[in-house]
Formats: sequence, structure tokens, C-alpha cells
Amino acid sequence: MSLSSHLPALQVVIPLATAPLVLLIQQRHLCWALMVFVAWLSLAISLLLWLQVSDGSVISYAIGAWTPPWGIEYLVDSLNAFILVLISGTAALVVPFSLHSIEHELHQQQHYLFHTMFALCLAGLLGMTITGDAFNVFVFLEISSLSTYVLIALSRRRQALLASFQYLMMGTIGATLIVVGIGLLYLLTGSLNIADIGIRLHDLPANRALYTALVFLSIGLSLKLALFPLHQWLPNAYADAPSAVSAFLAATATKVAIYVLLRFYFAVFGLQLLEATGTTTLLMLLAIAAMFVASASAIAQTNLKRLLAYSSVAQIGYIMLGIAISNETGLTAALLHIFNHGLTKGAAFLLLGVVAYTMGSTDLDRLRGLGRLMPLTSFGLLLCGLSLIGIPGTSGFISKWYLVLAAMEAGNWWLVFVIVGSSMLAVAYVWKIVEVLYLQQPDQGAHLQRKPVLSMAIPTTVLCIATIYFGFDTRFSLGAASAAAKVLLTGMTGAAP
Amino acid sequence: MSGEILLLLCLLIPLLAMLGILLTDYAPNLREAIGFTAALLLVVCVGLLTYAFLHAESLTLLIGEVMPGLTIVFKPEPMGILFALIASVLWVVAIIYSIGYLRSNNEQHQTRFFACFALSIASTMGIALAGNFFTLFLFYELLTLATWPLVTHHGDEAARRAGRVYLGTLMGTSICLLLPAMIAIWYVTGSTDFIAGGLFSDKASPSLTLGLLALCMLGVGKAALMPVHRWLPNAMVAPTPVSALLHAVAVVKAGVFTIVKLIVYVFGTQHLQQCGVTDWLTLLAAFTIVASSVVALNADNLKRRLAYSTISQLSYVTLSASLLGPLSVMAAALHIAAHAVGKITLFFAAGAIYTTAHKTQVSELAGIGRRMPWTMSAFAIAALSMIGLPPTVGFISKWFMLSGAMSASSGLGGSVAIIAIILSTLLNAAYFLPIVYHAFFSEYKAGDHHVTTQEKVPGHGEVKSKDDVYDQAEAETHGDAPLSMRIALIFTAGLTLLLFFAADALVSLTRSLN
Repeated sequence: MSLSSHLPALQVVIPLATAPLVLLIQQRHLCWALMVFVAWLSLAISLLLWLQVSDGSVISYAIGAWTPPWGIEYLVDSLNAFILVLISGTAALVVPFSLHSIEHELHQQQHYLFHTMFALCLAGLLGMTITGDAFNVFVFLEISSLSTYVLIALSRRRQALLASFQYLMMGTIGATLIVVGIGLLYLLTGSLNIADIGIRLHDLPANRALYTALVFLSIGLSLKLALFPLHQWLPNAYADAPSAVSAFLAATATKVAIYVLLRFYFAVFGLQLLEATGTTTLLMLLAIAAMFVASASAIAQTNLKRLLAYSSVAQIGYIMLGIAISNETGLTAALLHIFNHGLTKGAAFLLLGVVAYTMGSTDLDRLRGLGRLMPLTSFGLLLCGLSLIGIPGTSGFISKWYLVLAAMEAGNWWLVFVIVGSSMLAVAYVWKIVEVLYLQQPDQGAHLQRKPVLSMAIPTTVLCIATIYFGFDTRFSLGAASAAAKVLLTGMTGAAP
Repeated sequence: MSGEILLLLCLLIPLLAMLGILLTDYAPNLREAIGFTAALLLVVCVGLLTYAFLHAESLTLLIGEVMPGLTIVFKPEPMGILFALIASVLWVVAIIYSIGYLRSNNEQHQTRFFACFALSIASTMGIALAGNFFTLFLFYELLTLATWPLVTHHGDEAARRAGRVYLGTLMGTSICLLLPAMIAIWYVTGSTDFIAGGLFSDKASPSLTLGLLALCMLGVGKAALMPVHRWLPNAMVAPTPVSALLHAVAVVKAGVFTIVKLIVYVFGTQHLQQCGVTDWLTLLAAFTIVASSVVALNADNLKRRLAYSTISQLSYVTLSASLLGPLSVMAAALHIAAHAVGKITLFFAAGAIYTTAHKTQVSELAGIGRRMPWTMSAFAIAALSMIGLPPTVGFISKWFMLSGAMSASSGLGGSVAIIAIILSTLLNAAYFLPIVYHAFFSEYKAGDHHVTTQEKVPGHGEVKSKDDVYDQAEAETHGDAPLSMRIALIFTAGLTLLLFFAADALVSLTRSLN
């Protein structure tokens, strides 16, 4: 077997094996260099995998050559290849960024711990995405979650400990519910292979255990993906974590949870069951509530990071709305928004990392007149803001376009106005930022504490440009999202016998 | 030079000008030279484009495909050419005027001002030359964003509040109403292209057409159709050159231009006539015309009066377009040009009066015509054009407007339109002629200009503190406006007259619309 046939395993194994290595090296620059290498290697592997499945084929990889459904199967199709690219792409930008970003946000002797945890987190997220095994999903979920708790707590800000603890509590409850849900499915079908579970459930009449599994998995995953009203952990976690961690989590963590939800919903339970049990209706209501309540909360925030965190909760609402509409366009919109919002929020949090590095704070009243002190950074924030609103010419517009189109195709014309109405709240919170940056006078003696450095500027610029680029050239994002949506609707074609 | 390159240049020149202006912040004279040269180049380009357009069958410039079937494309047509011509010529004049205005008033952030100005013109060109609804929408939003820093130019609380109303109304309507309408049009017809005759034939029921039309007409907030007109008087906190070029020409004309364009090229006049769904629009426009004329009559602040006059004049365009007949559509296109040259003159005059005599209220203008004969003569000519009297271009458009209304297919719409036009003509005369009369024939009074500032809302309130310290002696002796401002307003007043005599060219350009 050539090396290339082992790519699915390498995708997870490389970052996983890097973690202990980093722990042993300890020297922070070496650790960082190794991590940059690993992140880019992961990206290369993801892209190779994506190329292999972009023609619609599916890669099934049996771990240890134990054939599925008995052994653990890694499954790559156009749906999760897309998510893999998003995760490793973000990591490839965030890791270089982290070198200087964590310099003042973490104690220096803990830098190697940061890199260790980052490697674990990356491995966990990639693993959750690539695996086709339900229990394996849980294992990787725990790996990524536990490392995330540590990453947040590493921050020098003392509030970070509380945020991390809060997240730990909610995350553990979520994970417990998920494992119970998976257990119930195992009980019903005797299988842990996701595709296999789906096939076996076909032969079973709907029963209470199945409904219970659906409820457990739904609530557990909703906690992980911060669906309103289970989002309470997210604003604190994002706001108090080190900047690089916020950026990485905002772009990937909740998105992977959404992916897992999609996988379980469409491969295991099936759309019919979801509609019959009213799950889609409930999701739609919660999504709409998220779009409005979280956006309104965002307007009230005084810290920019927290404001963007609330905005994330609202944007997750858009994604969930696309899933709840559940026609092909709706799923395309959801997947597009996973990608586009990942880019936008990643860029925004990286920009805030730059701001935190140079100004020492992300409180809005410390950032007055930033437009004059840091014109490029402020302009980047403006671009991200426009993308969050969904102004044409930004990537956010593309996903919103598809979301509205999906609502029309489903015949839900009122939803159209709900979607655009909540965009107006986005206008309000974005304009709050713009007024602070551009229209208020800087405080007397306001100055940059540190000069921005190249290692932060380049990744940030790349993501900002991507935010705009994917608003004009949608061949990659749209092509991948619609291919993935087709996979969801035609049923998962796992390699189960 | 091929037409496609000209099309591209029309968009690129103002964008490059913006870059040049931003880079020459350190040298104001160089900066102004760049802006001015770019504006001249743009006029040449648009002129050549007009020539190419008249002599070539079709020009299309495809920039890219954003989504399958949804393209960014530019494709000139008669009305767009006319709009681009007007906007580019007036940009040159506005730059000359702005230099005088900003320097005389010691305004801050002049580089930002000129840069945003150039960006606004670029957006206007994009709107004028857009080949489909999507492209137009893209630049429509860009124009809102580009003009927002100009409205909030002074950066104080009043400007910020006005900025919020401005952005909230324009973006609120375009995102909440126009965007869904566009997506629905795309969903129903599978296209957003501007095609002669419209996209809709047989594809939409009358009720769906009515719904989409309502979304579009109210969604184009820039056309200031009541009840979405509030942003326009608010935007008057901007420096006067902004009010002149943007809120008399570029922004509001982009609004009514979009309305006419949608009615003619997306909905299709034929289809709308068959569905018979435009009477409400005629009534709403007629109401807007009369109501805002009444408000203008009672406004003492000159810029506020001009703003309400603009709202009323914009609705002439909407009114004409809603009558759907070939003459009416032509009148709508003509009036976009006619109102532009007249209203910019009036705003230039208001700014000149403010800069020279520090007066903002209509009641303070007695006798000012004797101090500022050039300014007030230009004002008088433009006022005649607003009323629609010969020998000004306003007469031409009103002529076609009335003939269009008389031959309108909808009896109700036609008669309402005629009544509204006549009534508002009287009202226009009632709020413009007394200004002209008092300016020339009443006694001049100096120095009482601070007493009557209760109605402070829009206008030049921001520099009031500088106002207070100005020399009393200067008030007694001031002459006419600074040279650059005088040149600008004489030029536009001349244009108002010239277009009356060159009406043939305008008419033949717009005749091919239907």
C-alpha cells in the first residue's frame, strides 16, 4: 500500500503524534516551528483528500485493516472533506499567528503547553470529522473538548479560568448526553458504524428508544454547537480565551459540532423521522430565536470580542435555519455559511488578536478612533462586519442569498423577512463598532503599545482577503457545499457491506 | 478604443482617483489636481462611450460569474448613458466648487472627503452602466456605504445621529425589501438581467407582480418615496457640496434611476399594464409630491427647503414611470437629467450664501441678491427650472410629463398625475419665487442671522461656533461668493438653460427607451 492510501489515517495521526512530541521539546520556538509544519501538512492532506473525493467518490479507510462495520472506519466524502479543509486551513493560518499573539497573553513557560493542546485540539476536530464510527466521534469529541478547556484556561486573564470551568461543565453535560445517545443507538442496532446504524434502523419500526436517542444526541450536540438557548458558555469562552484560540474555535469548533449533527441526522435518523417528530420545526424556531436574541445581545456588549462571540451565536442560528429548512438549497446555504462564516469570524478574531497585541485591550471604549491609529486593521474589521451583515461583495452575502432562496423554494415567504430582518440587527452591532473605530476621537495620549508584526499580519490579511474573495468567486465554496448537500440528501453511501 | 475598455475605464477612473487622493494626503494641491484630472478624464471617457454606444450595436462587459447564472456585467443603455453623462459632468463642477467650499470653511478631513466623493462617483457609474439587477444592487449598496462618511463628515453627535438614520433607512430598505425582491425575481424568472420588455411576461401572476413591485418601489429608499424619505432631510447635515452632488444628483438619482430601470427592464411596462398594478404607486408618488411641497413651503432653513423640494421632484420621476406609457417613461428619464442640473445649482447657491454671508435661513436672505448677483441669478434660473418654466430644461421634462399623463392608459392614474403636477407647480412657485423676489427687491439686513436659528436641524449648524466670531464688518461688506464656487454655479445654471435649447439631443437619446 502506498503512502497516499493512508492519508485518512495520517490526517488525524500526525497532529495526534505531534502533541507528545511538542511536550517533550518544550523550547517554544522549536515547538512553534514544528506546529507550523504540522498544520500545513494537515492542510496539504486535507486538500489531497478533497481532490480525491471531489468527483463524488467516497474513500473508506479501515483502521488496522479491521473491515467495517466491525472495525473503525474512516470515511471521506465531499461533505466532510470540505469541513476538513476548513479546519486544517484555519489551523494553518492560526498557528503562525500564535507565535507573537500568545507572547503577552500567556506565561512564557506555558507556551509549549499551548502548542501541545493546540495539536490535540486539531487532532480531535479532524478526527470527529473524518471518522465514520459513532463511538470514535465521542472519543475525538472528548479529546478536542478537553484540550479546548485547557487552551482557554491558559490565558493570563483570570476570568478565563471561570469561562473554562463554565465550558467544562456544559461541555461535559453535552458529551454525556451524546454518549448516552450513541449507547441507545448501539442498543438498538448492535452497530457503531454510523452508516451501518442508518441501514439497520431502516428495518426497525420507529420506537421510543430511537426517539430518546434522537433527543439525547440533539441536546448534546446543540450544547456543543451553542444553539440558542444552550449557548451560554460560548461568549465567555471566546471572550476570555487567548486571541489565537478564539479565532481557531470560532472558525472551527462549533462548525464541527454542526457537521456531526448533520451526519447523525441525515445518515442515521433520516429526514422523514426528523420531520415526523417535529425536530426540524423546533430547530427552526430555536434558530430564529438565536438570530434575534443573540444579535440583540451583541448590540449591548461593550467588549468587542464578546460582541463578536454573540454574533457567532446568531450566525449559528442562520446555519441551523438552513438545516431546518432541509431542502437541498437550505443545506447548501447551511454548509456555505459554515465555510463563509468560518472565514469571516476567523478573520475578525485574528484582527482582534492584532488589536489586543498592539492596544492591550479589546474593550470598545479603549478602541476609540482606532481607524486613525490602525487604518488597515480597522478596515479589515469593517470588511468582516459587512460580511456578517451580508452586504453584496462579501462571502456572507452568498450564504444569505442561498438561505433566502431556500426559504422561497420551501414556500416559507415569511422566513425571508425573518432572515433579512435579523440582518438589520447585524447592521446595528456592526455600526456600533464602526462608529467607535471611525467617528470617535482617540483618547488623549492613546498610542500603540506594540508594533504589529509580520507573523500576525500575513495570516490575518489572507483571511480578510478570503472573506471578500469568496464573495466574488464561489466556484470552490459553492461547488463543495452543493456537492456536500447532495451527499446529505441522497443518503450517506458508507462503505458498510 | 473598443467600447468594452471604455466601459471598464468609466469604473476604474474614479476608483484610481480615490487611490491617488488617499496617497497624496500630504499635498492638498496635488490631491485636488488628481481629482480634477480624473473627473475630466471621466467626462471624456463617458463622452467616448456615448459615441461608441450610439454607433455600435451592443456593448457588454462581463466581469465575472458570482454564482451559476448570476453575473457581474455592465451593459449601457440610453438612460444609463444619460445618467452617467450627467453625473460625470457634474462631478467636475462639484470638485471645483468643493475646493472653494472646503478651504473657505476650513473643513477637516478633506482627503477623506475627496476620496469618498470619488468612490461615490465610481458607485454611481456602476449603477448607471449595470447590465443586471444584481450588479446594480452591488453598487447601490456601495454607494450607501461610500456616502455615509460624507454625511457624518463633521463627526459630532448630530452628524452621527443623522448618519444612523441615513444608514438605517437606506440599508434597512435595501436589505429588508429590495434584496428579497431581487432574490424572488431570480427565483421566479431565473434571471436578473435588464432586458427590453422585462423579464416577467407570463411568468408572474398579477398579485405576485404587485407584491414584488411594492417591495422594489419601497425598497429603493434612495428614491425617497414617502414614507421612506426621512433620511434625505437628515443627510443635510453634510457639507453643502455633498448635499449638492450626492443628495441632488448621485444618490437620489441612483434611486429613481433604479425605479425606472426596474419598471422598464425588469417588470416590463407591457406586463405591468396588463396586470394593472401601478395605480397605488401613482397615488403614493402624487401624495409625496404634494405633501413634501407643502413641507418645503413651511421650511425656513434653506437646505431643508431644498431637501423637501428634492423629495417632491424625485417623485415626479416615480410618478411618470408608474404611468407606463412611452411618453411618461421618456419624461421620467428626462427629468432625472433636468432636475439634476437645476438642483445642484440651488445647492451650490445655498452653500455660496452660507460661505460668504453665513446665512442659512430663508428669512435672512432679503436683499442678498444685490450683494451676490451671480449667485442669486443662478439661483433664479434654477428655480425657474424647478417650477418648469421656459427657457429652462425643467420645462422640457414637465411638458413630456404632462403629455404622458394625458395619454396614460389608466384613467385614474392619469388624472391624479395631472392634478398633482399642476398643484405642485403652483406650490413650487410659491416656495421658490418669494426667495428670488426678496433677494433682489427687499432691503438688505445684516447681522441678525443668529436670531432665527431655531430650526437648526439640517444644514450647516456644525461650524456655528466659528460663525459667531466672524467679523461684523465683513457682514456689511461681503460681495459675491469665492471665484471657484461662482464658476461652478454659473456653469450649472448655464447648463440648465443650454439643455433647454439642446432638448433635441436629450429627447432623441431617451426616445429609444421603449
